Amino acid sequence: MATSNREVEELIGRQYRHGFTTLVEADSLPPGLNEDIIGALSAKKQEPAFMLEWRLKAYRHWLTMKEPKWAHVHYPPVDFQSIIYYSAPKSQKDRPKSLDEVDPKLLETYEKLGIPLKERELLAGVAVDAVFDSVSVATTFKDKLAELGIIFCSFSEAVQKYPDLVQKYLGSVVPYTDNFYASLNSAVFSDGSFVYVPKGVRCPMELSTYFRINASKTGQFERTLIVADEGAYVSYLEGCTAPMRDENQLHAAVVELVAMKDAQIKYSTVQNWYPGDEQGRGGIYNFVTKRGACRGDSARISWTQIETGSAITWKYPSVILEGDNSVGEFYSVALTNNYQQADTGTKMIHIGKNTRSTIVSKGIAAGHGQNAYRGLVKVLKGARDARNYTQCDSLLMGDKCGAHTFPYIEVKNPTAKVEHEATTSKISEDQLYYLRQRGLSAEDAVSMVVNGFCKEVFKELPMEFAVEAQKLIGVSLEGAVG
Amino acid sequence: MLSIKNLHVSVEGKSILKGINLEVKAGEVHAIMGPNGSGKSTLVHVLAGREGYDVTAGAVTYLGKDLLALRAEERAREGIFLGFQYPVEIPGVSNIYLLKAALNAIRKHRGEEELDAIDFLARVREKLKLVEMKEDFMYRSVNEGFSGGERKRNEILQMAVLEPRLALLDETDSGLDIDALKIVANGVNALRTPERAVVLVTHYQRLLNYIVPDYVHVLVQGRIVKSGDKSLAHELERRGYGWVEAEARA
Repeated sequence: MATSNREVEELIGRQYRHGFTTLVEADSLPPGLNEDIIGALSAKKQEPAFMLEWRLKAYRHWLTMKEPKWAHVHYPPVDFQSIIYYSAPKSQKDRPKSLDEVDPKLLETYEKLGIPLKERELLAGVAVDAVFDSVSVATTFKDKLAELGIIFCSFSEAVQKYPDLVQKYLGSVVPYTDNFYASLNSAVFSDGSFVYVPKGVRCPMELSTYFRINASKTGQFERTLIVADEGAYVSYLEGCTAPMRDENQLHAAVVELVAMKDAQIKYSTVQNWYPGDEQGRGGIYNFVTKRGACRGDSARISWTQIETGSAITWKYPSVILEGDNSVGEFYSVALTNNYQQADTGTKMIHIGKNTRSTIVSKGIAAGHGQNAYRGLVKVLKGARDARNYTQCDSLLMGDKCGAHTFPYIEVKNPTAKVEHEATTSKISEDQLYYLRQRGLSAEDAVSMVVNGFCKEVFKELPMEFAVEAQKLIGVSLEGAVG
Repeated sequence: MLSIKNLHVSVEGKSILKGINLEVKAGEVHAIMGPNGSGKSTLVHVLAGREGYDVTAGAVTYLGKDLLALRAEERAREGIFLGFQYPVEIPGVSNIYLLKAALNAIRKHRGEEELDAIDFLARVREKLKLVEMKEDFMYRSVNEGFSGGERKRNEILQMAVLEPRLALLDETDSGLDIDALKIVANGVNALRTPERAVVLVTHYQRLLNYIVPDYVHVLVQGRIVKSGDKSLAHELERRGYGWVEAEARA
């Protein structure tokens, strides 16, 4: 049940003011961040009281925090007061009328990635009533899930329809005190996905935001929560290979995964946010907190990510291995070209007995790109027989880019086995010449070598993503040969 | 098919080839022999289109075209194949994937339909027999973990599948034992047709017992100083390169 304006005001601890109603009634909120804005945001989304309360606690905590500066990335200071924290969905009249009105460069990329025509219209936001029969497709899909008792809906919907579930798990893996950007996200998150898979149920298809009805632009502060109950299985796909533009520069998402005993969650991301122009201007900052908790014995969480976009990528999808015999996996390809920067990696925290983690990180730096791997393998005192295997490889293309590795290994139990292998290589002229002598163009040769380099990660992706990811690498490396 | 006229090539300012003249007609096998550092590899790499070589004088015509004006991949698509002396490893890229991409690039260039996976596999199986290699070999990454002999056989396998017009084989026999040598020779001989030509760069006469050349040329310090038929190879075997060098200086 939605919170009334009066309740909101009481929570904020302020007098009921006329201005507040105006805020709530406007289409979009003005730029700036304060308790009024958060109250208005929550009211617009018709959230129950607990949600607003949580947001306000997070906001008040955020005010006490300092922006972290330790990452290997550089960017001008973010002005939090100039961001709009809620904007109305784009009206039909603002959208392009057809693909003819869309940026030709964007269309070129769709072409190279082999995206079907109908999908291009959808991606470009063309104003059509029904681009294709999305309603019936999504409905069949939803029916199937409903039969099995699987909940898959937008986070906003979940807050209203399943408040108990949300309250139980929200912030249980990433508390609102966790870090600066997670706090901010907790205060102002816009929307995202909510998934709950009941005991013993295996979700029969890959879940992706593509199939959520009314998947409006989730905006900059995405919040996703996925819960797999005992013995459940779910594979979730986030993102798409098509380049996404956004007026909002800062994206600070939070994703929490909870896997109970014998459950398995597979979370795959392909991220190709606008990376900025060749001089690095105007790109998106992708500062994300992603964490999974293997709460029960033999639970398993796998993160697979292909990060080719954004001006700055700053994220460490992690796994907390609480249950005995639990397994955490992280497979990553991070590509930085032109002036992109990435500081990404993972944290594997071994708590239970006989836990296992695998980390395979492939960093590709081209142009003036800077690519850093930062990983933590932590084995607590009580974590008997923990095993970790880490492989981090960097590929440098050219002499103006950089690859850096910051591995942290903290082991407090003598039975642990931790292996770390790292390689740094330059794309070899000999390899390119060999492939060209077999008839491949210079561009195809580079693509082939780089895809070979990333193969171990690609094979962890669901098939449809894997094929797209390969093409995406090729497209992202344009201009890097030389 | 191939006409090299007065070719001068420098590498980083140093003159390596000092006026090569060579005519290779379709159906012929030419062997190029010579001591280390004579420029044998340079010659094949210049023909294949490797970067880093400066052609300071001369011309090369291939099937009536100006070969030096074409990029390496264009030359490959026109039917030139280079069997590398040191085939490089390409981790993560399977042999079958590379070969299919290469064959289809060449076929596309020729206006032929690309082969689908099934037809391609059939073709490969045929050629695998020729080089006496098992099919599972195709699914391994290109040259990764291959012994020297396996790499050379892989080169011959690729050549057999791609069916080039002009095969340039750079010391294809180095590091091979007799059995491997015979297999390689079989592969090359199977390719000998009136439409094709082979240029074999080799150090040792031994290979030429199995791949009998029509012509033998001796390359010394960047020049072809002597040409003859297969008996020249035997003479070199007996007497070494010294006498040729001496003759050249005289």
